[in-house]
Amino acid sequence: MRNFYLIAKKELNSYFSSPVAYVVITIFLVVTGYYFYNLLASFSTLSFQASTNPAIAKQQNLLNITETVVRPLFGNISMIMLLMMPLLTMRLFSEEKKSGTIELLLTYPVTDMEVIIGKFIACFVVFLLMLLLTATFPALLIFLGEPEIGPTITGYIGLILTGAAFISLGIFTSSLTENQIIAATLSFGVLILFFMMGTSVSLMGPTIGNIMVHISLIGHLEGFAKGIVDTTDIIYYFLFIILFNFLTLRVLESKKWRG
Amino acid sequence: MIQVEKLTKSYGSYQALNEITFSVEKGEILGFLGPNGAGKTTTMRILTCFFPATSGKASIAGYDVFEEPHEVKKRIGYLPENVPLYRDMKVVDYLTFVAGIKGVRRQDLKNRVGNALEECGLSDMSHKMINELSKGYRQRVGLAQALVNEPEVLILDEPTVGLDPKQIIEIRKLIKSLAGKRTIILSTHILPEVSMTCNRVVIINKGKVVAVDTPQNLTSNIQGASRLIVKVDGPAQEVITGLQKIRGINRVNKKESSNGVSEFILDTEKGIDVRRDIAAGIVRSGWGLLELRPVEMSLEDIFIKLVTKE
Repeated sequence: MRNFYLIAKKELNSYFSSPVAYVVITIFLVVTGYYFYNLLASFSTLSFQASTNPAIAKQQNLLNITETVVRPLFGNISMIMLLMMPLLTMRLFSEEKKSGTIELLLTYPVTDMEVIIGKFIACFVVFLLMLLLTATFPALLIFLGEPEIGPTITGYIGLILTGAAFISLGIFTSSLTENQIIAATLSFGVLILFFMMGTSVSLMGPTIGNIMVHISLIGHLEGFAKGIVDTTDIIYYFLFIILFNFLTLRVLESKKWRG
Repeated sequence: MIQVEKLTKSYGSYQALNEITFSVEKGEILGFLGPNGAGKTTTMRILTCFFPATSGKASIAGYDVFEEPHEVKKRIGYLPENVPLYRDMKVVDYLTFVAGIKGVRRQDLKNRVGNALEECGLSDMSHKMINELSKGYRQRVGLAQALVNEPEVLILDEPTVGLDPKQIIEIRKLIKSLAGKRTIILSTHILPEVSMTCNRVVIINKGKVVAVDTPQNLTSNIQGASRLIVKVDGPAQEVITGLQKIRGINRVNKKESSNGVSEFILDTEKGIDVRRDIAAGIVRSGWGLLELRPVEMSLEDIFIKLVTKE
């Protein structure tokens, strides 16, 4: 237990002793804030038009702030996370490999598992902080209008699970190489493929299409944004996280048999 | 304390270590000597459980390196060759982190870190960032992190490489002061380091142990016979025949001659001092004796001799 804590604390310190965490968090907030502004502004234009045009006013779902602002906002945040998270995870193992500190770390009496989980926790804390700051958007909505609280909360649960999945993948790609750019590129690639998979379902046969829907990251997030908490989705994320942490463990262990 | 038996490590077809066997007693400083690429770092990485050997056995403090790496790791302090440190940390934070990871109890942390800082002469630097330190000080931080949990065994890979002469002397002094309390393995390719700090030397080359002995024994054993250099003003041929007649001289080699002055290298039997006879002989023949001195083989010569014998 103590080793998890010590490694996580050390990693957290190094996130915040360099500009990395500050820059990533700032840019993340600027971009998500911009999206939020756009959604909100178009919603207010729409409401304004509805007051004069009864045809628009009849389309109830358009004038639902949860449907037109909150739900798309979660989709946008997850896309921006896809671009930002690899930048947070890329250094976790690559840097240690490049500078050689991994040699010392792995000759200390810690298990590989403790190292991986410690780093995971540190990155997860940075991510939670980043996500927590976006809570100002729904807070503002609550202040201005009447969004549904339920879907907002489940949406955040979905984002937290998605973020944890991104981190586990990012740590895995970081363990593969001593080059941070390669680590980040690999996680961008894999994450985008996981996202895109859902879009090509119509091109595939029903069986393969169905499998792809279930593997794709995006399908599982949608439910949460709608306010649906499905155990299938939760299990999916947990399996994703466990799988990539397990693969990272194998990569660290591979030094034992690789020539 | 440390037992290494027939340790072999191969990378594909390349054999980095070939059946290395040696042992280190408690409290001893063992010098691990060899040219670059001889297998010093590989051996150390196996001993520190960084990677396993292809075959063979190694144990530290009775714990097998392959079977119980966790127990071994608790008992060693390791300084890798290029001293990899987390440069974005303060010295004291870094050492506290390492001490914690190495299982030092919370209430002892401050004490142990303080001791390590003091032992390595880092007290004034404790609140500096590691990347602000000079190479010499980083080396000390590396040594301090190895020491911080007061391990029984210290494994130091080229601890003085890249330091200035003054720093080298200081680090050597520090290492020597640690002996007795701890068992130390120290690798180097600098010979004076070995003769100055170590009780015993293992010389390895191309993954094989070439010699194991004390620095003193190595010098005298390999020398076998003692050698003399003689410079004589006189006819070279006659001098050689004259010298060969003296009892105790096994061989006479002419090294060079110019303007009637010749230099000879004499291999003499061990234990017989022939210098008086040589001097008397030369003077009696009416030649001039310009120089007569014994050749001491340094560890360097021995090393070269051992390493090039293959």
